[in-house]
Amino acid sequence: MAHFPKPAEGSWTEHYPGLGTGPVSYKDSYDPDYWQQEIDAIFKKEWLCVGRVERLGRAGSYFTREFPWAKRSILVVKDREGTVRAFYNVCRHRGNKLVWDDFPNEETSGVCRQLTCKYHGWRYDLDGSLVFIQQESEFFDVDKDSLGLVPVACDVWEGFIFVNLDPEPQQTLAEALAPLADGLAGYPFGEMTQTYEVRSEIDSNWKLFIDAFVEFYHAPVLHQRQATAEESQKLASIGFEGLHYELFSPHSMVSSWGGMSPPKDPSMVKPIENLLRSGLFGPWDKPAAVNDNQDLPPLLNPSKHRAWGIDSFVLWPNFMILFWETGWYLTYTYWPLGPSKHLFETTLNFVPPENASQRASQEFAFSTFKEYAFQDANTLEATQTMIESEVVDTFMLNDQEILCRHHHAAVREQVKAGGRPASYPWMPGSENGGGG
Amino acid sequence: MSDTTAAPLPADFADLDPFADWALDTWRERYEKRLDSTMDEMQAFYDAMMPRLSEALEYCDSFDLHDLPDEARNLLLLTFSLCEASFPVEAWRQPRVPDSGSADLEMVREPPL
Ligand code: FES
Ligand SMILES: [Fe+2]
Repeated sequence: MAHFPKPAEGSWTEHYPGLGTGPVSYKDSYDPDYWQQEIDAIFKKEWLCVGRVERLGRAGSYFTREFPWAKRSILVVKDREGTVRAFYNVCRHRGNKLVWDDFPNEETSGVCRQLTCKYHGWRYDLDGSLVFIQQESEFFDVDKDSLGLVPVACDVWEGFIFVNLDPEPQQTLAEALAPLADGLAGYPFGEMTQTYEVRSEIDSNWKLFIDAFVEFYHAPVLHQRQATAEESQKLASIGFEGLHYELFSPHSMVSSWGGMSPPKDPSMVKPIENLLRSGLFGPWDKPAAVNDNQDLPPLLNPSKHRAWGIDSFVLWPNFMILFWETGWYLTYTYWPLGPSKHLFETTLNFVPPENASQRASQEFAFSTFKEYAFQDANTLEATQTMIESEVVDTFMLNDQEILCRHHHAAVREQVKAGGRPASYPWMPGSENGGGG
Repeated sequence: MSDTTAAPLPADFADLDPFADWALDTWRERYEKRLDSTMDEMQAFYDAMMPRLSEALEYCDSFDLHDLPDEARNLLLLTFSLCEASFPVEAWRQPRVPDSGSADLEMVREPPL
């Protein structure tokens, strides 16, 4: 009893022959050797999003990112020409961490004219070149030109800063993000600078939280009590069906309906939602920046359905952007910290409010999102420990969980290939081999 | 009813003075106050705030958001705390999200007010 049409093959999953429909092993989500292979074949090879350009307001603005999974610390800086650059955060003299405050393992940010090492005062320009050595004449055969900070590949797409730990990345950032790089370009990200950012260390494999955010099959059940009694009964009896699923392997997306912002009938939502005109889908009143910009990027709302509410894109391997019909966006980033542990980061991004009412609507959208995120996160530890018990070795994935099946399969293909594979066996035009 | 310790509210909203201790600057403080409150306390706060919410926002809207007088700012912060308190009252019947065990969120960055 599909409410929304599925592909001619009868299901979203079978639209991609080769993806399979059988039960799936989750050994990839706790095995320590496999985790290390993921780090080597995926995280040390791919472009990884580390934040927005708005964090770097002017020349000399910088922030650091800790990558304990690679035993690396990254320094991201805006140089005098306005170029965003990334370096390993290590001093060329005797290896002190160049930029840190109070606790060397914590991330920091700030603005500086030059980068000065706390230990013996070596100084680097914003382009990474070494410009000052304390008591230089005491050294033997120094060639300052060869002692700049070690660069990390860095590029920017639509204001999102990406780094790649591969000294010679297999692909440019645009190639790696294709076809999303073009298909999502032009969205007014740069106007949505009112940002809430939260993070949490979670006792599960990084892929399990992606699983939780690429299917909404769980929503009517796990989040049942967030809706009014009548609504939640209705939702539970109908269940969830996506409007559209699409694979751009290794990337993917799910398009989903909305319709509660504003609701047809005020009794469908909680009292405070009516007063603040806001809820899980965000403030009900669209900001001008989005109203004026009705030409959404081509990949958004692919089914062109009038009930469209939200599109969730997985930007391979660990970054998601959610576009809400109401005119704001959300990001998720998942950093592996071990086979059974990851750091989850999320940002909510709105057009800056013009008045107190808009500010309160956004605050309530954040508050609501966070209630859901708590529920989503809570199940993960419970899942992680039980798949690790190996009492059951394969699990059932339905058609609405195609993106879970796909993400694990894309990880498998890349681990097998030792880097981004040339093709994926389930994608049209592909023979039967994924190894590249 | 003037209280020198709690945050001052606009005179027209003196009925909310007993709840002025909910005027807290950061999300973290508001969330922790929610966790540390009883359901009765939150119900009383909710019952007092909800009928005044639209008027409170209207009042705050009459000022430049980036240049709010202290009293208006405190009032707006009360509405933010109401956001937090609404979930226990309207959905959970307990201060915490059910089954949230040891889960916690760290606020890395939030919009200043
Ligand atoms: S380690 Fe940096 S100046 Fe010595
Ligand atoms: Fe969820």
